[in-house]
Amino acid sequence: MNLLKLSWKNLTNKPLSMTLSLVLFALGVGLISLLLLLNKQLQDKFDKNLAGIDLVVGAKGSPLQLILCNMYHIDAPTGNVSIDEVKAFLNPRHPLIKTTVPLSVGDSYKSYRIVGTNHTMLDLYNAKIGEGKLWEKPFEVTLGAEVASALKMKVGDKFFSSHGFVLDENLEHSDTEPFVVVGILQVTGSVIDQLILTPSQTTWLVHEHEEEGEAGNGEPEVGNEPETHDSTEIHHDHKDYGDVNTPLMNFPEKEITSVLVQFRARNYQALNMQRSINENTDLQAATPAIEINRLYAMMGVGEDALRALALVIIFVSGLSVFISLYSSLKERKYELALMRVMGSSPSKIFLLIVLEGIILAIVGFVIGIALSHIGMETLAGALKTSYRYSFSGAIFLKEELYLLGAALLIGFVAAVIPAIQASNTDISNTLAEAS
Amino acid sequence: MLQTSDLHYSYDGKTMLRFPNINCGKGEHWLLLGQSGSGKTTLLHLLGGLLTAKNGMVQVAGTSLEKLSSSALDKYRGKHIGIIFQKSHFVKALTVEENLLLAQQLAGVKINRDRISELLNHLNVGHKLKSKPDRLSQGEQQRVAIARALVNQPDVILADEPTSALDDINCNEVIQLLEHEANAVGATLLVVTHDGRLKERFEKQINL
Repeated sequence: MNLLKLSWKNLTNKPLSMTLSLVLFALGVGLISLLLLLNKQLQDKFDKNLAGIDLVVGAKGSPLQLILCNMYHIDAPTGNVSIDEVKAFLNPRHPLIKTTVPLSVGDSYKSYRIVGTNHTMLDLYNAKIGEGKLWEKPFEVTLGAEVASALKMKVGDKFFSSHGFVLDENLEHSDTEPFVVVGILQVTGSVIDQLILTPSQTTWLVHEHEEEGEAGNGEPEVGNEPETHDSTEIHHDHKDYGDVNTPLMNFPEKEITSVLVQFRARNYQALNMQRSINENTDLQAATPAIEINRLYAMMGVGEDALRALALVIIFVSGLSVFISLYSSLKERKYELALMRVMGSSPSKIFLLIVLEGIILAIVGFVIGIALSHIGMETLAGALKTSYRYSFSGAIFLKEELYLLGAALLIGFVAAVIPAIQASNTDISNTLAEAS
Repeated sequence: MLQTSDLHYSYDGKTMLRFPNINCGKGEHWLLLGQSGSGKTTLLHLLGGLLTAKNGMVQVAGTSLEKLSSSALDKYRGKHIGIIFQKSHFVKALTVEENLLLAQQLAGVKINRDRISELLNHLNVGHKLKSKPDRLSQGEQQRVAIARALVNQPDVILADEPTSALDDINCNEVIQLLEHEANAVGATLLVVTHDGRLKERFEKQINL
């Protein structure tokens, strides 16, 4: 019958007040831990997906939207720009620019985004081909690892894209050639896992075709029997695009959504480029790091409020531990005096009560952490659809250790006054009162 | 075995309670009689080391209690002095057996479950080993309280008004039990009471 066991039995002897303290404790700890997890994983994803990109150039609009759409693939495009307008950035001999990646965004398949781009896109995210090969012709696609596993697609599968990002059968581009999966990328942990990559030319073909169809020329459906249609054969209208290695600069009238730019060096001229684009052209240039920091600042307000709420809950839970221990002293003072009669020193009584506070803190902490990680795992599903990122409840943070320290401290502080009171009780008086 | 000399105590610094010198030998049974308010409980607490005298000394089994440090006194009390209170108190969260185990553990005595069940059987409450004290009748509670006072085989047993709430039959029974158990461990027994019924039973008496 050691003290620890005795403290535990004392607590479980009062299940209701123990439950109340535990629920409050677990709620506070769980909420803070959940915030930490969410924040950490979100920031990790955002940081990872910065991918060394210095500038995103696209149509005028909200700079944050431009970044969210073209780098994180969670917002709608700001619009399109003609290649003529951005050809300066596409020039491989540009003195300030190391890499440029053109992006065409706007279509999707089963809510996974289809991005028209070129092979340098893979270098940005250190992506490597896992299975099959990279796209070489229009309508060939290479899937991000997450897309392939979520949609259970494999090399050779065919599908039709749909316009926009929502899942809507009416928006399906079913009158074009089907897309053919030619390869699947290895897992990178970055946003590219969630994308369906195809040459920029594909998106032009899809939409040109659409325009033809809408013009009502009465052209019969191309894909009456698409499976017999050899996907390598190129529609006569677009044979110009057949070689996807032709520089985009050769199609000045065509449009893309944006270009991602990496500078050779972050010197004065390079940094000036953004300002000069925004002031002197119809284009918009945005710096990812700045926009993401703005986003953090905006999210930070809500997060601060939640964190304050969690702190209040933790404080109240500490108060509840204090009150339940303090009020239990009144009815337990005889048994505490009795323990003294049986040979317990005042310091043992002190320890007994402090242990009760600390046990509550530890058990509350464990329940809270369990709740937050289970909650995170549950939330992960919902977040994946809205943020395009996979979250996990199985990640544990070093901050959670600090949280344990804080919980122990609160348990101790809540118990210390009742414990002092209990250890100072005059046993003779208490026992004389009782008789 | 249990000795006092020149024992004084004052609660408020003005009225001084003076106690007669006591000298109880090993294995003897004594009755300490006094009216309410005569300081019986105070004396019992002084003898049990629950209070420390302002003057004078208390010796239990050759050790002067006032010379012990506070925590040494707690240990000493747990090991050498068994106290039975008028009202029985227990650690409510624990079973009867656990309460007795706690008594052994807090006194720093070797844990001995056999001793506990033997003692409880002897006191006819062996079947309550795993019960919570709340579930016991008054009589059973008192027996368990006696068991707890005896579990560490103390040198001295102090009983505070063990019979005042009992009818004649139960009164006799409890005193018999106390005497019997004190004899069994060879302890000195001191019963503190105002219960006149006990006068005939004890040869050795002290009046306050």
